Amino acid sequence: MNDVMDIITPDAVELDVAAAAAALEARFPRIVRPDTRPGYTGIIVDRNHLVEVARAIRDDLGFDYLSSATAVDYLGISDEMEMVYHAYRTSGGPALVFKAQTPRDDAEIPSLVSVWPGADFQEREAWDLYGIRFPGHPNLKRILMWEGFAGHPMRKDWYEAYYEQEHKPFDSRWPSGHVYRAEERNPYGKNVRYPADFDLSRLTDRSEEALYSGLGLGVDVQELSGEGIATDRLVVNLGPHHPSTHGVFRMVVTLNGETIESLEPVMGYLHRNHEKIGERNTYLHNMPFTDRLDYICSMSNNLGYALAVEHLLSLGARYQPPTYRAEVIRVLMVELTRIVNHLWSIGFLLNDLGAFFTPMLYANNEREKILDIFEATAGSRLMCNYMRFGGVFKDLPERIRGVANLVNDKVRDYNTLDYITEIVNERLPRFLDEYEALLTHNEILKERSIGVGVLPRDKAIAYSASGPLLRGSGVAYDVRRAEPYSIYPELDFDIPVGTNGDIYDRYLVRMQEMRESIRILKQILPRLERTKGEPIMAGKPVHTPRVPLGEAYGRVENPKGELGFYVVSAGDEKGTQNPWRYHVRAPSFINLTPLGLMCRGQKVADVVAILGSIDIVLGETDR
Amino acid sequence: MTGYGQGIVRGLLITLKHLVNTYIDDIRYAGRKYIGDEIFQIRQGPKSQGAYTVQYPDEKIAVPERFRFVPFLVVEDYDHPERPGHDWCTSCGICAKVCPPQCIWIVRGEDPNTGRPIPEPQAFYIDIDICMNCGYCAEFCPFDAIKMDHDYELASYDRTTHHIYDKKKLSKELRYWKSIAPTTALEEMQARGGWEHSDVLKERKKAERAVSSAKTDAQGAAVMTAEAAPAAPASQPETDAEAEKAARLAKREAALARKRERQAHEGEAQS
Repeated sequence: MNDVMDIITPDAVELDVAAAAAALEARFPRIVRPDTRPGYTGIIVDRNHLVEVARAIRDDLGFDYLSSATAVDYLGISDEMEMVYHAYRTSGGPALVFKAQTPRDDAEIPSLVSVWPGADFQEREAWDLYGIRFPGHPNLKRILMWEGFAGHPMRKDWYEAYYEQEHKPFDSRWPSGHVYRAEERNPYGKNVRYPADFDLSRLTDRSEEALYSGLGLGVDVQELSGEGIATDRLVVNLGPHHPSTHGVFRMVVTLNGETIESLEPVMGYLHRNHEKIGERNTYLHNMPFTDRLDYICSMSNNLGYALAVEHLLSLGARYQPPTYRAEVIRVLMVELTRIVNHLWSIGFLLNDLGAFFTPMLYANNEREKILDIFEATAGSRLMCNYMRFGGVFKDLPERIRGVANLVNDKVRDYNTLDYITEIVNERLPRFLDEYEALLTHNEILKERSIGVGVLPRDKAIAYSASGPLLRGSGVAYDVRRAEPYSIYPELDFDIPVGTNGDIYDRYLVRMQEMRESIRILKQILPRLERTKGEPIMAGKPVHTPRVPLGEAYGRVENPKGELGFYVVSAGDEKGTQNPWRYHVRAPSFINLTPLGLMCRGQKVADVVAILGSIDIVLGETDR
Repeated sequence: MTGYGQGIVRGLLITLKHLVNTYIDDIRYAGRKYIGDEIFQIRQGPKSQGAYTVQYPDEKIAVPERFRFVPFLVVEDYDHPERPGHDWCTSCGICAKVCPPQCIWIVRGEDPNTGRPIPEPQAFYIDIDICMNCGYCAEFCPFDAIKMDHDYELASYDRTTHHIYDKKKLSKELRYWKSIAPTTALEEMQARGGWEHSDVLKERKKAERAVSSAKTDAQGAAVMTAEAAPAAPASQPETDAEAEKAARLAKREAALARKRERQAHEGEAQS
């Protein structure tokens, strides 16, 4: 170990990513090698020594935050599967990307849950969708699909129920597009395959058995742990149909009286294999699909995806970065989205705490005003589909004006800039003052939220929490500052953090973040005026760009946390029209990893509030 | 901070304020609440106070120009002097290609005699159950022939029989597009150079050019006969254009020759 001390010194946490990778190669010869494929970055680690190397990456090099862990199936290229990990330092800076490869048959990669507990759900997802086993994982079950599902759907040789063709656009649509409905060719009910030994009649029993045994209980949960009725241990299902779960989400809790002993989230009820759809799509096709992930924040989803693909495009020769005007409009939209989301999430948190719909509707009133801007600019209130590679769809309209078309239509007409200025300078600050006066010092809110659902700082980092959940625990980590994108470096704003990591701190962080967003928007307004009339798109809009080979991880600070898109372009030498891999690092999904931890020892009613304070959207959780 | 419960009381005062604000405009515009757009505009605007519900379906918020819902096909106005009701669509298939959920189905038009494609769709379908209202078809159509509609009230009782729209159901007059999106339609007109279909405009321009070049030729001839001067500059662009055309033709011939050669090679390789 002597030479190790020479190579990795205490200053190693200061090394930049290239130097860190070099240090690893020196320390682990023949185990760590650079990834030399064109357009790829980072290192490839021998899978047999992955845990050892990961420990060094975390402890010696200081990459303490595992942002993303995902699999890629290179069938037909190298015929291997690969796990891709993106590790960051919470002090900021770019990612150390490391990969481990495994043969497709009998795919197996050691689990990193012991190093980063945040890998838990992500490895389960890789097992579920790719069939990679993770020895050492404490709870390796399917997570998005149901137990007993046939095959691993993200594998390249797996075909979905209404499979038509490998890539869009489909040949059947033009020039002889004689229409038919997919259900007519493959009727509903006959579109599901089961494994050969699968017994449909026993489906319910067996799939639930695995879940309950994971909680240390049999299916029969009526056993008493002590005398009398005082200490019944009881398994209760909260959800999937429960108003507090914000969608179809289920929590299986073991109760001792009114106290939570353990909690396991069960998800996937809204799963549609977004990523498989994304691989059939062309690059541009995916943009409106990202709207449907976190449907409260479609603008910022768009931005994350645009950044990832723009990074890939920038590997080519003819790339033009987005214009300044486009960046200004992007930041305008994204920060408005942040306010929209926090208004929504605080409103619903208060709903969960029992302040039924009064704060929610006040917040929604403001939200509607912002959605009017989105609708006039992008054409839709929620599914904005506004960003394009190299710019945005259209410039802000001159006026926010309705056009009477249907019977009873009422027309409104405002000047767009005046409208935005009024909202940003007057309306939102006034509303936030009022909202704080309504809520922040409310004694009931404080009693219900202070000291409840505590997530300590070190656990928040280890569990890959992000967004207000991470910052509420006192980690000043915000992608806009840690690895800035767009025009954030030239904007002046602060990162609010909490101290205790409880529900109340997360609430305060969200409140403060809205104020910071207003501060950003106030700096954006003069830039909007100044850049008026400048182009909003670099070059001409292209609907099927050829994307150079390589990989890219585009991440943005979404209102709910860190949203990342891992996009791989592989296969066609001339550049591809369809992504080979399209992965979404969904903050709503990964932020649920520490849910069980936060709920242990709390009361049933608190679970609802804790879930509300994480702020999830099931469209993104289940993908 | 003084007594416990003060925060709650202060909060309740705010809810009271909201309640009162909601009715202030009612009093201010007493009697005119549902007449005209004035109060609607104020209450739904950035300066409004209190909560105010739009009484759907008795009143609806008119959607902005860029609002996008299931697309429609632009056709010439039905009283158009030359081509009433003619499709603007040329069945080029770009909308079907850029459609993310692949809900557009086009049968390209063919000349019944020669079998060669003609710029007109024989059939055009949109499965509105699948359409995700993204607006790409309208955004990338090179002929401004498919546009996003504003009519969002499409509910029906049976999806299996009503929700595949054919060309007849999709077609709407250009006049309609001008009425729902005046600004955008005007911008597009300026980009095309006229209110007609871009192919018509192109034809017209060609004809005009032919006429004007005939005129300049005649002038040139007149000049030549008058002064016996060589090569009038006015006819210079014409010869350039001809040279260009010849070069283009030569290029095309070369490309075709290469293609034939390649095919011959492939045939050899296969056999």
